[in-house]
Amino acid sequence: MTPQESAGGRVLPVVRAPDPVLSRPGALVDPTATEIVQLAADLVATMRVSPGCVGLAAPQVGISAKVFCVDVSAHPKTRGHHGTFVLCNAEVISATRNEKAREGCMSVPDLTGDVKRASRLVVRGFEPGSGAEVVLEAEAFEARALQHEIDHCDGLLFLDRVAGAHALHARKTYL
Amino acid sequence: MPLLAITVLGHDRPGIIAETTGVLAQLGLNIEDSTMTLLRGHFAMMLVTDGASDAGTVEESLAGLTADGSLSVSVREIPTESVSSRGSAYLLSVHGGDRPGIVSAVVAEVAKVSGNITDLTTRLAGDLYVLIAEVDLPGSADVAGLQRALEGVAGELGVGVTLRPLESDDL
Repeated sequence: MTPQESAGGRVLPVVRAPDPVLSRPGALVDPTATEIVQLAADLVATMRVSPGCVGLAAPQVGISAKVFCVDVSAHPKTRGHHGTFVLCNAEVISATRNEKAREGCMSVPDLTGDVKRASRLVVRGFEPGSGAEVVLEAEAFEARALQHEIDHCDGLLFLDRVAGAHALHARKTYL
Repeated sequence: MPLLAITVLGHDRPGIIAETTGVLAQLGLNIEDSTMTLLRGHFAMMLVTDGASDAGTVEESLAGLTADGSLSVSVREIPTESVSSRGSAYLLSVHGGDRPGIVSAVVAEVAKVSGNITDLTTRLAGDLYVLIAEVDLPGSADVAGLQRALEGVAGELGVGVTLRPLESDDL
C-alpha cells in the first residue's frame, strides 16, 4: 500500500491495556475485502498522527484482526527499512540473531520493558487490496517493530515477553 | 557472626543509600546482596551483610536515619543459607485489569506444584496490573498442567497469563 492509497484513512482512537481486545488472538482476514483495505488505511492514518509511533496493529484500534502497519523510516535506531507498509495474516518464517532492547507501546503508555527479539527476520504476509503474497526480510529495528506488531495480532503484548522480573520499567516522566 | 538482614523503608529523599552504606562501611560490614527500589514512590531497601557487628549495634548506629520518623530500619540476624538452584527456570507474566486477589490466585497455582518464586515484581499503571515472576519448577512438575491451571485462574480473573522458559545464554 502506498501513502497515496492510505489517504482515505480515518484516525481511530487507540485502546489501552487492560482492554481485553489486546489479549485476544486476532482473526485471519480476507486482504481483498473492502473493510480490510479501509482498516489498513485507518491504521496508517492513526500511526501518522501519533508522535513516535512506528507501527500499529488492528487490536490496538479495538479490532481483533491480523492486520498491522509499520513505518520505521524516521526512527533513529533504524538501519534498513521498507518504508510504510501494511501486512495481513503475517507470520514469522525465520528469526535469528536475538538482541535485547527496551520497548514501549502506545497501548501500554506508562511502562516499558526489556525484550529479546530477533534482529534478522523473514516475514510472510498479504498486501491489503491486491491480496498479493509478500515475503519480506527485515533487520534491526524494523525486525523488532514487525515482531511487536505480529505479537499484537496474536493477542500478545511486550508484557508477555519481558526478559525477567526486573525487566519492566515505569516510563519516566519529567515535569 | 551470623549474617544480618537490614531493611530501610519510608519516605524517599536523596542520600538515604549513602548514609546507610556509610554507616555499614564504618562498622566494617560487607554488603553481600542488596536490592533497592521505589514502591509507589516510597524508598525500600533490603541488604544482607557479613561482618563482626551484632544486630543491636548496627541498629543503634543507623538510628540517625530514623530520627525524624520518616524512615524505619530493622536489623536482624539470619542464618547462612546455601544458594542452590533447583529445577528449571520459567518466567510468569500476568497482566490485566486491577482487582484484589490477582497475585494470590496466580501464585497459589505455582505453590501447588512446589514451584519456587525467586524474583517477583508487580506494577500498577492506571487500571493495568502487571505481575512478572521468575519461577523455579522442580523436574517432576507438570508444566503443561500448570499452564492449564494458570489459564483457568487467569480466565476467572479476566487477566492474561503466559508461562515460558527463562532463557539464559551461556557465553
